[in-house]
Amino acid sequence: MRRLTWFNVTSLTLGFAFLYLPMVLLIVYSFNESKLVTVWAGFSTKWYGTLLRNEAFLDAAWVTVQVAFVSSSIATVLGTMAAYVMVRGGRFLGRTLFSGMIYAPLVMPEVITGLSLLLLFIGIGLDRGILTIILAHTTFSMCYVSVVVSSRLVSFDRSLEEAALDLGCSPMQAFRLVTLPIIAPAVISGWLLAFTLSLDDLVIASFTAGPSATTLPIKIWSSIRLGVSPEINALSTILIAVVSVGVITASIITKRSALRQQAEERAAERL
Amino acid sequence: MRRAVLILTPYLWLLALFLVPFIIVLKISLSDTALAIPPYTPTLDFAAGWQGFKDFLGALDLENFTFLSTDDLYWKAYLSSVRIALIATMLTLLVGYPIAYGMARAPEHWRATLMLLVILPFWTSFLIRVYSWMGILSGEGYLNQFLLWTGLISEPLTILNTPVAVYIGIVYTYLPFMILPIYAALERMDGSLLEAAEDLGCSRVTAFWLITIPLSKNGIIAGCFLVFIPTIGEFVIPSLLGGSQTLMIGKVLWEEFFNNRDWPVASAVAVILLLILIIPIILFQRNEQKQREADG
Repeated sequence: MRRLTWFNVTSLTLGFAFLYLPMVLLIVYSFNESKLVTVWAGFSTKWYGTLLRNEAFLDAAWVTVQVAFVSSSIATVLGTMAAYVMVRGGRFLGRTLFSGMIYAPLVMPEVITGLSLLLLFIGIGLDRGILTIILAHTTFSMCYVSVVVSSRLVSFDRSLEEAALDLGCSPMQAFRLVTLPIIAPAVISGWLLAFTLSLDDLVIASFTAGPSATTLPIKIWSSIRLGVSPEINALSTILIAVVSVGVITASIITKRSALRQQAEERAAERL
Repeated sequence: MRRAVLILTPYLWLLALFLVPFIIVLKISLSDTALAIPPYTPTLDFAAGWQGFKDFLGALDLENFTFLSTDDLYWKAYLSSVRIALIATMLTLLVGYPIAYGMARAPEHWRATLMLLVILPFWTSFLIRVYSWMGILSGEGYLNQFLLWTGLISEPLTILNTPVAVYIGIVYTYLPFMILPIYAALERMDGSLLEAAEDLGCSRVTAFWLITIPLSKNGIIAGCFLVFIPTIGEFVIPSLLGGSQTLMIGKVLWEEFFNNRDWPVASAVAVILLLILIIPIILFQRNEQKQREADG
């Protein structure tokens, strides 16, 4: 039944054209000479030049990368801890509340998360800036990390940990030597997810950023409210290129490591 | 001891930065608007002790919620958000199902690549993906240029800043969320069932309705919730593509907060938005639970 019928070919072609055409147009017109974005007037890379000379964009990009790096790193630690507690922690007081608080931010509308955090920061008198954006981003992305990591923890063979404990490892050693290497791919994808979510976020950052710190999405937002601009097309092209290279590399690496793991498992079975 | 640290660190973080902020929203939604900083009364005054707490409780009321129910802007915004989310979810299903179906029927060695192609846009900036449609749909945009060139229309169509543009934006940005669960369900399906149906005299179309659709039901339900739930509170898409014609509650909340600086009303809008979302969220959780049990 694995035939490629004309229907399947058409739906795939149209579907992927729909997914990719808008981005292709964006990339093509970022090399447009004209200031009028929708009228083609010859090839030019001048908008990339204007973009790279635009201090405000560069500053915002730097703030965004800092926020994304710090928040995704803290979120990975907290999210992995939370996943471990949920899967291996057994019973403790308030477990239901804990699991609710981990899942709720995943479905919470961003406007509500943003509003509530802003009200908290004002309530405790914390000045809005890089720190508040980092706190906000860490909070929602740790929940994504914990979902990714716990799905890996659920599926792995617990007897490996038990064997390590029987052989005299302390729980900490067993975690470091057995559990962590096995869940490492999930921890890394969790970090990548947290990093991208933070780079991408407009709504929560708008609520929690102050005049001292502007992120790239906030900057993009304020310039596209007025309409399409060639500079933003150039910026989008750069971002799309970076993300594509990153995702494709990551998928090749995971595919390789999955193949290697399969080979190792087969070798282990033969022993 | 170590276990306590392990549990308490993420627990306290979430309590402080998720639960407490939410309680603050609830509290402010019950307060009165004031021309001050912060722009609401009463504020909880710890220095005044027990009396301060009593004054604080005494001044709370449902005034903002009464206001929301009398001003029909809010009712209309809630209803129109739910309607837009429902229609957009159906459209996403109609567009996403054939793609997921084509992927599941594609040769085995293509599938990983097709999967990557569906996921790739999801990693690309949401804002940029919405923005890319502004250039396509505007009056002198690429779509109108193309249609005028083919001679199908003689006057440019107005699409940007109408609900149609919002639907296109939602379908486009949320498509991966619909495709992936349906694809997962279809891929697991046993192809010999279809062969059996055809051997027993079913036409292809009948077999599709009687076998493929029911077997991918869980994927369809999951995909629909994954699109519907975030769409209700959507802010970026209606603001960039919908113009002033499209009323959605996420946008109303944003404007109430940033433009009108009415924090109590913005908080009340948030509380009601959350109440609306509780039902679909619970249904979604149940569906997931059921599926896990069926798998396990």
